[in-house]
Amino acid sequence: MRRNQVAVVGAAETTKLGVIPDMSQIQLHADAALNAIADAGLKLSDIDGIATAVETPQQIAHYLGITPTWVDGTSVGGCSFMLHVRHAAAAIEAGLCKTVLITHAESGKSMIGKPPRSIPAYSLQGQFEAPFGVYGPPSMFPIPVLRFMKTYGITHEQIASVAVAQREWAAKNPRAMMKDPITVADVLNSRMIAYPFRLLQCCLVTDGGGALILTSADRAKDFPQKPVYILGTGESVETPMVSQMETFDSSRAFKVAGPTAFKEAGIAHKDVDHLMIYDAFAHLPLYGLGDLGFMPYEETGKFIADGNTRPGGKLPLNTNGGGLSYMHSGMYGMYALQESVRQMRGIAPAQVKDAKISVCHGVGGMFAASGTIIFTNEK
Amino acid sequence: MAEAARARPIPTPETQHFWDGTKAGELRLQRCDACDHVYFPPRPFCPSCASRKVSVFPASGKATLYSYVINHRPPAPGFTPPYAIAVVTLEEGPRMMTNIVDCPQTPEALVLDMPLKVTFEKLDDAITLPLFAPAKA
Repeated sequence: MRRNQVAVVGAAETTKLGVIPDMSQIQLHADAALNAIADAGLKLSDIDGIATAVETPQQIAHYLGITPTWVDGTSVGGCSFMLHVRHAAAAIEAGLCKTVLITHAESGKSMIGKPPRSIPAYSLQGQFEAPFGVYGPPSMFPIPVLRFMKTYGITHEQIASVAVAQREWAAKNPRAMMKDPITVADVLNSRMIAYPFRLLQCCLVTDGGGALILTSADRAKDFPQKPVYILGTGESVETPMVSQMETFDSSRAFKVAGPTAFKEAGIAHKDVDHLMIYDAFAHLPLYGLGDLGFMPYEETGKFIADGNTRPGGKLPLNTNGGGLSYMHSGMYGMYALQESVRQMRGIAPAQVKDAKISVCHGVGGMFAASGTIIFTNEK
Repeated sequence: MAEAARARPIPTPETQHFWDGTKAGELRLQRCDACDHVYFPPRPFCPSCASRKVSVFPASGKATLYSYVINHRPPAPGFTPPYAIAVVTLEEGPRMMTNIVDCPQTPEALVLDMPLKVTFEKLDDAITLPLFAPAKA
């Protein structure tokens, strides 16, 4: 895909984030969509492309009253929205539509109007993983981490420092769920969830949503907000079964999506001013730093423990507080994208000064899927 | 049922040989007749070279511990926490999820790369699960 041909011209989260028991999941979608449309200065009738995950595009299009000429229902977990951005950019460039709305929302905490997630007993996961006691992401997503730690000499303290650094970012963000400072000792003494991970190494469970509006870069200058251009994109999938990953030393999906986006963007790692790595659990930023080629895997734990990703560090990472401290409604990728857009607009609560390039890397399922979007505010 | 039971697999035509195997006390894998690739989970073609000529064979049952979590909460129905959910590397190459039995469910007892041996636990008349225990020296 060509660089900087498409821009984000509208971006917003739901009016409230956190615990929203008075709103169903589909209304959270609508709340985020209406906020993004207002942010872009558009009318609903201006939208001719729609993408969403979990809820179907027909559900959201009907609920909002949109008649699209382009539809994407890619639903590969929490990074689905990165894939939507990539697909929408290609569709806009190809002339399939002009103005795309991407929505996410989940009543992850209150479970209002939310279809249950279940693993069919006849599926391969149902036959070859479910009988062994996996029960929700905390029992599955951390399964690779002990092997990763052994291979690369990563310590428990280093992984705990991921949560500490992100809490520092969250403290600067009025909309973050968890803002009180924490120490490595606090993390390592918090309640055990699934060894080796404790409560403070697992993401929050909240309600909320977000929406993005994309259009061609040519039109973007006529919108009220500072355009944020799509510089590079990548995507891949590996397996829905964490047990069947090629290796626990890295994520194949990450290693395809990330480098594809860097190559498309034509940038080097030193060009990156701001980084989001979807942190459903505390090990993901380590995989991300290694798989996206920022540094050898062996150095990822020390890099974070030494403070390089915290406020004032040389590689600001997960500056909204991340899934560990900001919010996590179940499919966090949309919130990572929102933070990248805020940083590129220059309006983030914990703004990285003069940031020009933001890398936003997402995961879906338990390393099942991945999407990477590289944004810039310079055309 | 008085208590919530462990999730019970439903075999499909492509996986039936595996579940027939565990019932007979065998851990059955598949090998590609064309390229010799050994793979899991079951499917009637080779995921490496796409050949449909594949054979089912009994694995040795020997494995090593690749990685695991010890789940505390929330526990799955039919499990009493804390319990380990493990991924093992079979001697023949493929990996599979399982539980480690006859072993304390602690980080001290569960050491990565420890040798393991398959054992079978009957769930009901149709389903027997392959579990692993520390290999005797």
